[in-house]
Amino acid sequence: MMNDPMPTTPNARKIEVAARLATDASAKPDTQDAIVQVENLCLFYGRSQALTDITIDFQRHQVTALIGPSGCGKSTLLRCLNRMNDLIDDIHTSGSILVDGDQILDRSTDVIELRRKVGMVFQKPTPFAKTIYENVAYGLRIAGVRDRRILDEAVEHSLHRAALWDEVKDRLHQSALGLSGGQHQRLCIARAVAVRPEIILMDEPCSALDPRSTTRVEDLIGELRSEYTIIIVTHNMQQAARVSDHTAFLYEGVLIEFRPTQALFTCPAKKETEDYLTGRFG
Amino acid sequence: MVWITGGALAAILLAALTMLFVILYNGLGIFWPSRVQRVQLTDGTGFLGMRLDGHTDPQHGAQVRFKTANREFDAQRQDFRWITQSDVVSAEYPVDVVVLERQANGDFYGFLLGLRVPGLELPENSDPATRLQQALRAIAVQRAERLDPLLDRISAVTDERNRVEVVQLKAAYRKKQAEAHVPPDADAVALLDGQLKELSAEAASLQGQSERLVAERTAAETTLRENVAVFRDGKGTERSITLIDVVRAFRPNAMGIAGKVGHYLAKIWELLSTAPREANTEGGVLPAIFGTVALILLMALSSFPLGVLAGVYLGEYARDGVFVRMVRIGVNNLAGIPSIVYGIFGCGFFINYLGWNIDHSLYAYRLSKGPVFGTGGVLWAALTLGLLTVPVVIVATEEAIRVIPRSIRESSFALGSTKFQTLYRVILPLASPGILTGFILAMARAAGEVAPLMLTGVVNSAATLPLDGKFPFLHLERQFMHLGFQIYSVGFQSPNSEAARPMVYVITLLLILIVMVLSSVAIYLRNRMRKTLQIRTL
Repeated sequence: MMNDPMPTTPNARKIEVAARLATDASAKPDTQDAIVQVENLCLFYGRSQALTDITIDFQRHQVTALIGPSGCGKSTLLRCLNRMNDLIDDIHTSGSILVDGDQILDRSTDVIELRRKVGMVFQKPTPFAKTIYENVAYGLRIAGVRDRRILDEAVEHSLHRAALWDEVKDRLHQSALGLSGGQHQRLCIARAVAVRPEIILMDEPCSALDPRSTTRVEDLIGELRSEYTIIIVTHNMQQAARVSDHTAFLYEGVLIEFRPTQALFTCPAKKETEDYLTGRFG
Repeated sequence: MVWITGGALAAILLAALTMLFVILYNGLGIFWPSRVQRVQLTDGTGFLGMRLDGHTDPQHGAQVRFKTANREFDAQRQDFRWITQSDVVSAEYPVDVVVLERQANGDFYGFLLGLRVPGLELPENSDPATRLQQALRAIAVQRAERLDPLLDRISAVTDERNRVEVVQLKAAYRKKQAEAHVPPDADAVALLDGQLKELSAEAASLQGQSERLVAERTAAETTLRENVAVFRDGKGTERSITLIDVVRAFRPNAMGIAGKVGHYLAKIWELLSTAPREANTEGGVLPAIFGTVALILLMALSSFPLGVLAGVYLGEYARDGVFVRMVRIGVNNLAGIPSIVYGIFGCGFFINYLGWNIDHSLYAYRLSKGPVFGTGGVLWAALTLGLLTVPVVIVATEEAIRVIPRSIRESSFALGSTKFQTLYRVILPLASPGILTGFILAMARAAGEVAPLMLTGVVNSAATLPLDGKFPFLHLERQFMHLGFQIYSVGFQSPNSEAARPMVYVITLLLILIVMVLSSVAIYLRNRMRKTLQIRTL
C-alpha cells in the first residue's frame, strides 16, 4: 500500500511538517453548523504515530472528502469517527471527537449507539449470506425491530434511497450474493441507510467498481446529502471534486489543508497540496 | 513430471478400484443360487456339491473346491471338500436336487424322497417338491399360531420377573441400610421384611408360570418336530430333516432366471431385516446395521456441538498467542493419536470411572446383579468416538471462521451489532458449509473405527437393541453390535471361518454402503446450503 516515493524517516518528517503547518491546521470552512468536531486527535498503532494533532469540523448535510496519498491516515481518521479502530489491537488515541456534542472517545461511550448514528460503507462490498431483504433489514433486526410492517417499509425506503429498488424488487427474498458488484455496493449503502444514521462514512466506496457503477454511486451520494452528512475517503481526485462540498488533504498523518472543494482544487494554499493535485507525488 | 504425477494418481485409483471390485464381486455374488453338481469319483463314491474355485497343485494337479454342505453328517464336520480334477469320473446337474437353508448346521443338499407329516394336513399332490413347499408353509403357520404366542407370553413373564427382581433388590438393599442404621430402624426392617416376603411370593409364582409356559412350549415344539422330510444325500444315505429347522428350500438346478432373481432379492431382504443365525455366519445383520447407525448418530450428537463451540472460540474469540498456538497444535495432534488409545481412555475413564460412579450412586442396590453403566455400552462407545472425532470438527470450524474476510465482520459491527449478533447472524451462516465439511470427515472417520469400540462395548451378538418399546425406550447402557466389528469377529474369530467368508464380504459391502449413504446425505445438505448462499460468487 505504501507507494509514497518521498524518502523519509516518518516521524521526523511528520514533526517537521506539523510544525510548518501548525498555523493553518485548523482552517475552518464558513458555515458553523458542525456535526462532528475533531480536536487535537493523535493516534498510535503500537509505537508508530498514524495521526498527528488533527483538528477538523465536519458540517451537517454536507459531503466532505478526505484525500491524500496511500497511508496518509485518511481511512484511520474515518474509522475513528465510529470507533471502528476498536477492533484492532494495540491502538491508542488522544484528543477529542464530538459527535452531536457528545464525546465519543471515552471508554463509557455506547459504541453500539454511536455506530447506529454513524453508518459506514466499506471499500469492498460486503453483502451478508442472507436474502436481499434480510441484508437491508439486518441493522433493524439486531436493534430488536420485529414488526413486519416497519421492516418492509424500511427495506423499501432504503432500497429506493440507494437506487436499487427497481432492480431487485422482484427478488427481495433471493440471496444477496447473486447481485453484481455495483449492486452489492448500493445494497451496502441501503443497509447503512436503513438504520437511519445521521452520518455516513464511506471508505473508498467506488474503488472496486466499474465506471458505470461508480457514476451511479456518485449520483447517489449527491442525493443522500439532503438527509445525511457524508464523509468520504477517496483516491480519485475527480471524484472528490465532483461529489464533495469540502475537501481535506492529509499527508503523513497531518491535516495539511481543509477548504471548500472548489477553492482547494483551483488554488491550493499549500505547496504539498499543489504537488499532490498536480501529480508530482502520491 | 506429468507422467509421474499422473502415474501416482492412476496407481492409487487402481488400488482403490480393485478393492471395491473384489468386495462387490464377492459380496454381490453370494446370494445368487448357483447350481449343484452330482460328482462321481474314481473310488466309486459320489457327492453333491456347489463348484467354487480351484488351483493347480504341483503334486496332485488341478484341484477344485466344492461346497458340500451337510455339515453334521461329515466326518470332519466340514462344509467344503477339495477334489483332484483327475479323480472325477462324471459331473452332472440333476434337476431335482433340493437345497435347504437351516436354522443350524448350515445348508443341506439332497434329493427329496418323501414327507412324514403327522401333524399337518396337506392337500393331496403328487409332486413331492410342491408338497415340501406346502409343508414348510403349513409349519410356518403352525409356528405362528402355536409357538409364537407362547414365546410372547414367556418374554412378558420374564420381563415381569426381571422387574420384580429389581424391586426385590431395592427392598433388600434398603433393609440392609435400615439394619445398619444406628440404632437399627426396626419399623422399617419389619415393613421391608413384609414387602420382601410378598415380592418373593410374587417372584415364585412368576417363576412357576414361566416354567409352565416353557414346558408347554417344549411340548408344542416336540410335536412340531415330528414333521420331517426324508432326503437321500449325495452318498446315497437317507436323512430325515426336521421341517421346523428349515428356513428355506429351493431347487437351484430347476430355477429359471426369474426364480433366481426372486431368490436373490429375498435373501437381500433377509440380510437387511433379520437377526443373524449360526454365530453370525448366516441370516441377517439388522442388529449390526442398527448398532452402527445408532453409534454414528450418538457420536455426532456428542462431538458436533462441543467441537463447533470450541472451534468458534478458537476462531473468533481467542487472541493469537503462545497459548492459543499450543492449543491449536495440540488439537491437530489429537487427530493423530492411534484410535486404540482412545479406546483405552474410554474404557478407563468412561466405563471404569464414570460408569462405576454412576452404578455406585444410582444403582447401588443392584450391584450384585452386575454393573449397569460400569460396563461397555453404546453411550460410552459413542462418547469415545466423539472424543476421537472432535479435533476434526474443531479444526474445520476454526478454519471456516478464519477465512471469512474481516470486512464482513466490520460491516456487521458498523451497523451497531454486538459480537454475538455478528457471530450468530453473519459469521456462522457463512461458515456453515465449511463446518459441515468437518462434520462429514468426522462421521466418515467414526464409521470406520473398530478398535476403540472393542474396549467400550461392542459385542459379537447382543440379545437386545439399544432402542425398543420398553421404557425408557433408548437404552444407552446396552451393549451393541457393529458392522466393523462383525467383519473382524465373523471373518477371523468364527469357528467355521470358511463358511463365514461370504458373509464377511457382504458385511464389508454394507458398511461401505452405510458410510457412503451417510456421507452423501451430509454432502448433499452442504451443497444445497452452498447453493442457497451462493458462496462461490463471493
